[in-house]
Order: sequence, then C-alpha cells, then structure tokens
Amino acid sequence: MLSSAAPALALQGVTKQFGSFSALRGVDLTIAPGEFVCFLGPSGCGKTTLLRIIAGLEQPSAGRLWQRGREITRLPPAQRDYGIVFQSYALFPNLSVADNVAYGLVNRRVPRAQARARVAELLALVGLPDSQAKYPAQLSGGQQQRIALARALATSPGLLLLDEPLSALDAIVRVHLRSEIKALQRQLGVTTIMVTHDQEEALAMADRIVVMDQGAIAQVGTPLQVYREPATPFVADFVGRVNVLQARASVAGHIEVAGLSLACPAAADAAPGTPLTLYLRPEDVLVQGSGQANLVQARIEAVEFLGAFCLVDVSLPALGGQRLQVQLSMNVLAERGLGVGAPLALQLLPERMRVFAGATSGATSGASDGASDGAAGAAPSLPLAAAA
Amino acid sequence: MSGAVLAPATRADTAAAPAARVDGAAAVALLGLALALTGLLVFLAGPLLAIALQAVQDAQGRFVGLANFVAYARTPALLGSLFNSLWVAALVTALSLPVAFGFAYAVQRCRVPCKPLLRAITLLPLLAPSLLAAISLIYWFGNQGVLKGAMQALGITQIYGAPGIVLAECFAVLPHALMILVTALGSADARLYEAAQAMGTSAWRRFVTITLPGARYGLISAALVSFTLVITDFGIPKVIGGNFGVLATDVFQLVIGQQDFQKGAVVALLLLAPAVLTFVVDRRVAARQTAQLSARAVPYRPQPKPWRDGLATGYCVLVAAGVLAIVGMAVFASLATFWPYQLAPTLKHYTMGLVDAEVGEAFVNSLSLAAGTAVLGTVMVFVTAYLLEKTARPAATQPWPERALRGAVRLLVMLPMAVPGLVLGLGTIFFFNAPGNPLGGLYHTMALLIACTITHFTTTGHLTAVTALKALDAEFEAVSASLKVPFWVTFWRVTLPICLPALIDIARYFFISAMTTISAVVFLYTPETKVAAIAILNLDEAGETGAAAAMAVLITAASSLAMLAFMALAAVAHKKTQAWRQH
Repeated sequence: MLSSAAPALALQGVTKQFGSFSALRGVDLTIAPGEFVCFLGPSGCGKTTLLRIIAGLEQPSAGRLWQRGREITRLPPAQRDYGIVFQSYALFPNLSVADNVAYGLVNRRVPRAQARARVAELLALVGLPDSQAKYPAQLSGGQQQRIALARALATSPGLLLLDEPLSALDAIVRVHLRSEIKALQRQLGVTTIMVTHDQEEALAMADRIVVMDQGAIAQVGTPLQVYREPATPFVADFVGRVNVLQARASVAGHIEVAGLSLACPAAADAAPGTPLTLYLRPEDVLVQGSGQANLVQARIEAVEFLGAFCLVDVSLPALGGQRLQVQLSMNVLAERGLGVGAPLALQLLPERMRVFAGATSGATSGASDGASDGAAGAAPSLPLAAAA
Repeated sequence: MSGAVLAPATRADTAAAPAARVDGAAAVALLGLALALTGLLVFLAGPLLAIALQAVQDAQGRFVGLANFVAYARTPALLGSLFNSLWVAALVTALSLPVAFGFAYAVQRCRVPCKPLLRAITLLPLLAPSLLAAISLIYWFGNQGVLKGAMQALGITQIYGAPGIVLAECFAVLPHALMILVTALGSADARLYEAAQAMGTSAWRRFVTITLPGARYGLISAALVSFTLVITDFGIPKVIGGNFGVLATDVFQLVIGQQDFQKGAVVALLLLAPAVLTFVVDRRVAARQTAQLSARAVPYRPQPKPWRDGLATGYCVLVAAGVLAIVGMAVFASLATFWPYQLAPTLKHYTMGLVDAEVGEAFVNSLSLAAGTAVLGTVMVFVTAYLLEKTARPAATQPWPERALRGAVRLLVMLPMAVPGLVLGLGTIFFFNAPGNPLGGLYHTMALLIACTITHFTTTGHLTAVTALKALDAEFEAVSASLKVPFWVTFWRVTLPICLPALIDIARYFFISAMTTISAVVFLYTPETKVAAIAILNLDEAGETGAAAAMAVLITAASSLAMLAFMALAAVAHKKTQAWRQH
C-alpha cells in the first residue's frame, strides 16, 4: 500500500490566513522517514501554526499535506498518525503515570497484560521505571515531560511532534533531556518534528533545520549548512553570532570596507560598486592566520570570558574604528599575553565571508546575538554566491 | 531554498483544498449540540416568542405595533418600578458580592475549621422558598418585630419596601454567588504563590496580583448572576415589598391581577435587557480567560497562619450566624402559638398545613419534580457545557452552520438567567396551549413542569460547569485525538472525574431549586401536579402566615435532608476521584 519511497511527510503550498494576517505563506517541505527536523524561528514566525496544521489542530487556508503518500490535508487529528508532546505536557492530572502512558493503548483494545508490559517498557525507556503509581503533580517538570513523551510514543506513531517541549524546563534539565530525546529518537527511528525558538537546541538535535521567518521558510539545511552557509541575512543573524559590516564590491573577488580592500570569493559575481552587507562569524577571524590575505590591525576593547574561549571585542582603526566580535581560545590569549588595550593583527578568513546585496539599515555594524528576535536585512537581499 | 516539493503527481495541480471533512467524533458533538438547541428552542425560545407576540398584539390578537410599549411608557408608576428594580439590584450586588467573596476566600484559602458545616449553613437560603426570608424578616423587623426599635434607631422607619427587599435578596443571592466563587477560588496554582513569596511579595500584593485575577471570571459571573437574580425575583418583593413596585411584581400584578397580558408582556421584555448585558460581558470575559489549572499546576493548600485563620473563622461564623438568624426565626415563628402574644410551642400550624390544606400530596409532587430536574438537568447542562467548551475547533475553521449552532446554544443557555420564572411559565402556557402546536399534549403534565424548571435554572448550572471546565488544560482533547481516543472517552475518564465535585454541586442546585421554586410553575400546575411551594403561597395569600411559615420550614427540612444526601455523595466522590489533589 505504501510505497517505500514515499516521504514521511510532504507539504505543498501550505498557507494560513488569520483575517488579513498571513501566518504561513506557501510552505513547501519534504521530510524523509526517520529524520529529526526542527522548525526554528523567532516567536510569530509561524512555526507553531505549521506544527498544528500538521497535527490537524488547525486547517490550512490553502495547500496540501501528505503523510507517507496519503493525503491528510482535511483529515481530523484522530485519523492522522502521530504522537504529540505539548509545552504544557497536558498530562491528565487525575490519572496515574501508568494510566497516562497507557491512555492510547486502552482504546486500541490492547490486552491488559500487554499494555502493562508496554507501559513498563516505555517508562524504562524514558528513565522513570518506578513512577507508575504516581500522579503528575508529584513529578518534576522534566519528569512530567518524559511521561508526556512516553505517552506520545506508546502507540508507536509514525510521526512524533514536539511543540517547544523543553522551553519550560531549567537549563541543566533542558540540555540533559535534549540529548536523551535525540538518542531516543535515533534508537526508535521515529520521524520527528520539533518546534523551537532556541537555535542552540536546533543545532544540537536536528538532522535538518527549517528556519522560518514571517510565515515563510528562509532556509532548509543541515545544522552545519544553516550555520556556515546561511541563505539569507535573517538566517545568518538568527542562527549563531555574527558580525555585520557595510561593504561595496570592487575588483573581481574583492570588496571594500571603509576604504580597505578585502579578498572575498563570495562577492566574485557582484558588479563593482554594488553596496553589500558582509556577515562574518566571530570564530572566522584568526589571530595572524597562516594566509597573507585580509590582515588587519586591531585593538582589544573588551574580553568576555566564556570558559574554554573568550569573546573579544576589537576595534579596527583601518576600518574607521568599526568594531568586531572575535572568538579566541584562552590558550591563544594566554600565549600572547593579550589583554584589554593590546594591539593584534587579525585575519578575516576570505572563504568564510558571506555577502548579501544591499545595505542594512543604520548602524548594525558589530556583532549581533543570534538569540535576539530582530530581523537583520530589511531589504530583500539575495546571496550572491554560495561559499565553497 | 532546498525544500523540494514532492506530491503525488495525480492531484498535484489542485490548489483549492477540498471541504473540511467531519469525522465521527465531531459529528457526535454536533448532534449533541443540535439536540441541546432543539430543547432550548422548544422550552425557551418558543415561550419567549409567544410572549413577544403578546407584546405587539391587542387583547383580540390584532397586530398593534408598539402601542403597548407607548402605553407602558405613559404609566409613571410602572416607570418608577423600572428605576426601583435597577437600583435595588445594583445595591444587592454591591453588598452581597464582597460578603460572598470573603466567605469563599476564607473557605478555600485559609484554614477554617468545620468548613463543610459552614458551607452548608450558607447554602441554607437555597433550601428554603424565598418567601421564608421575607416572612422571617417580618417577624424580626415588622410591625410587631423583635428588633423594630433597633432598626428605627438606624433611621429606617419600616422594613416593608426597599430595606426589606434588599436584606432578603442579599440572603437569597448569597448561595448563588458562593457556588460560583468557591469554584473559582478552588483551582489555584500553588507555584504562583510560592514564586511571589520567594520574590518577597506582600500578602496584599499576592492577593491583588494572583488571587483576584485568577478569580476574575468567577467574580464577574457572580455579579451578573446576583444582579439578574434580584431583578427577576418576585417572591420577596411580593411578600415584603409593600407599595414598593419592582418590574417582577408588576408582571405578576398585570397578568394575575389585571389580566393585562399585553402590558405584562411588555414588562417581561424589559427584563430581557440584563440577559443581553450578561451575554455580552460573558463572551468578552470568556475570550480573555485562560486555563488556570494546567496539568503542571501544583494544587494550592493553605499553610496554617493563626491570626489570618482566626480572622477568617470569625468572619465565616458571623456570616453563618446571620443566615441562621433568618432561618431560625421562621422555625421559631412556625412553632409559636400566636405571635407575639402567646409564644408557647405548638404543632398546630403544621397539622393545619399538612392536613387541612392538603399540602401532603403536594410534597410528593415536589419530590418527583426535584428528582427529575436534578438528574436530567445535570446531564443536559454539563454535556452541553462540555460540547461548547471542549469540542470546538478554532472558530475560523468552523463552517458557518457549526458557528451558528454554537452561537445559538451559547446565547440561549445564558438567557434563562434574566427570564423570570413567571414570564417563562406564562410563555410556556401561551406556547404549548396555542392551537395547532403538535407538542400541546405536554400541557398539564409533570414532564412539562420538569422541562420548564430545568430551563428556568439552566444558567447557574451552566456557569458552574463552564467555570469548572475552563480550569482544565485546553490541550487534553488534542492529545486524545493524537492518541486516537475519541473525545467521549476522555470526557468519561478525565473531564468527568475532575469535574465531579462541580457536577454534584449542579445536581444539588437543580434538586433544591426545584423543591423551592414558585415562579416557574405557578401557571403550569394542575390539582394533580401542584407542588408544595405553591401550596405555601396559597396559605400566605389566605393570611395563614403561621401555617405558611410552618410549611416553608418543612420544605427547608426536606431540602436539608436531600442536601445531606448530596454531601455524603460528594464525600464518596471526592475520595474516589480527587486523590490526585492530595499530593
């Protein structure tokens, strides 16, 4: 009945209108069986709406969905094949943990002994084997979330939907649970979609990340692709830290920043004189790297200690005093005895530079933190070339 | 953009989505709502339309437009009643709401001993026909009243009129407001309070920023219920109102006294205004209300705090004492040989009522009416509230017939609150007695009495059910659907057990209201279906005040027994279904 080549989930032109507000604008997406996909974006980008449409809790205004080749666009939730975990867990407070986990099994007339064995198996799987008789109110938030996960997995659904499952938990539990969920997902091989606004979570867990911006997909790619080769200024800005500099295309493969010429293979196709915005991650700046290209003099203004490495604020006199945020290892700083006020020579790695057409508004120069909700490029900028 | 489109080639070109499919569960929900709508149309909308028709016709049934309304507006006495009704209802709401809130707060958020007893006492007014409060106030403050002098020292010349109405209505409204507020304050998340405490928030600020907002929906509901109850009550103003006219007594006088159905219908329509207000405010507030009791919530349990608990206990005892003073006086008067001259105890008022006035048979009728109302009414109200609150898809995705169906049920279920029983009963007669109505066979049956009584008391039960349902996590149904569990299984296994205390409250409310109601059935009874409360009204009108007091006390006693039975039921249910709250 099901062709083996059918994707676990296919979305075509999914659109959602709330009155005059477009929550989703024509989303196309294909998810392969066994994939772990994260919908990542700031609040209001439409990622939760998209998840609810996949779950059948909302109806798309236009567009269609297929699950393993079967169209599900208008099917009610009960006729789709998925398990879901909500941010609020939604555990039934009057039922014991065992009854919560067995909730979907009982309805399928699974024999009692078999259901009990399944519950024990699942509770062992999520690491809470002794919690059967407890009520949800007796468990911690992280424990409740594990139970909600066990309940969602009990009926062996073909698709697991996670709606910001970790955002209500404290950081240590969150980091711990995210690796557990990922391991569990790999072990079971269940196709999983997780909605999150936490880029670190998405980078750590996903096979593929779907970055969303204002109701549309900004980029789909592996965590490495999304991080290294952001398709839009928004992605570059939202995922990870990035330095944003105003530039202008000059002779082939070069750009000019505040009068200084820098090698930039990504700008090879830009016509000379085109205004550009340059995106450079803090770790893509080296202290006197091996190459000779793109060396600039800098002065350390501030050092933020982050453990194994530091985020160093430097000013670049050659670029009219513009600032850059640079990530340097503790060892490098210690070896060279660098501190605030010290001069140093930096290499801006040419092959890591990303440029987008157009200038960004105002003084966005400097590092921007990926966690902020602010969109970077206001103008519709297109990548001029993909980095190698 | 790497998201490749992969769709089955056969249908990839169709852009328009096919019409939404209704699955089995949604069909069941819609069928249930359609049934609820049918019931509301027949027993509420039909009678109301019959009244509206009366208002635009003359006595011969000819259409006269607004002539009856013009005639009404030209009668200064009737306009004065409108003003009286409004300010009395506002004053009673302003007085009773803080009293009820204080009591609910003390019971739910402080450690007060003997909570069940105190709650039972404050529910006493529900157990008695409203006549009882009025009769009792006359014995306290009337012409031969015990405390007449003290009252006059306060500058109130006599109890008949506004002072008596306000006092008696406060007594009558208290349990209604309490039912809502106790439920609203019952579901609190302890973590909010702990969070606030950890931040060094003062007790007063915790109250203002957590408790009050959490109970906001209950407070608004309680205020609306109080206001409309007072405006629509006719028993109290009739007995103690003297010459102080209000809308409800006007209807009674116009219809019963002057047989002026047309002007009576006009006044009845005026009484629908608060219903519109109630509906609008309820919709607005409900839109902002979010679930307070998520699955993660930690149930709040008050810590002992001697001075606060002592103060709360003192307050509760004071309120309970006030209630007992009213009921106690009626009991005392019913046993006194000849008030105020010969106070020796006697049972002659009881024998007179039961034997001479044949109230005994009426008691049996009252019990069947109450039982039928409690069982059927609770099931209908709770199922309807559940279908409205928990089976709705997002409004934008509902096809218009579903939206219309839900809107109509929501409107109609709020309406009975502002429809005086008198008007509903009158409309029911007009409607079922109309020539050609295929349902005419119901006329003069106990079934019609039960249907009319359920309809009359639907709104309070509905509000209680909604308040309880709103406290549940909104995602239970979504989770169930994802687990392929139809909503009725979740209703049975989760919603119903969690809401059982509220459910028992509703059943008790229906039973006791049916025991004590006068207005809803005063037009509908026959000699075979005459109920006890009506028999008492007849005694009071005949001047047999002592016997009327005796029979009112008897009804109160019977209701109290029923109440005890319900409390026992609640205790068993609590043990069986609320274990999760204990942790």
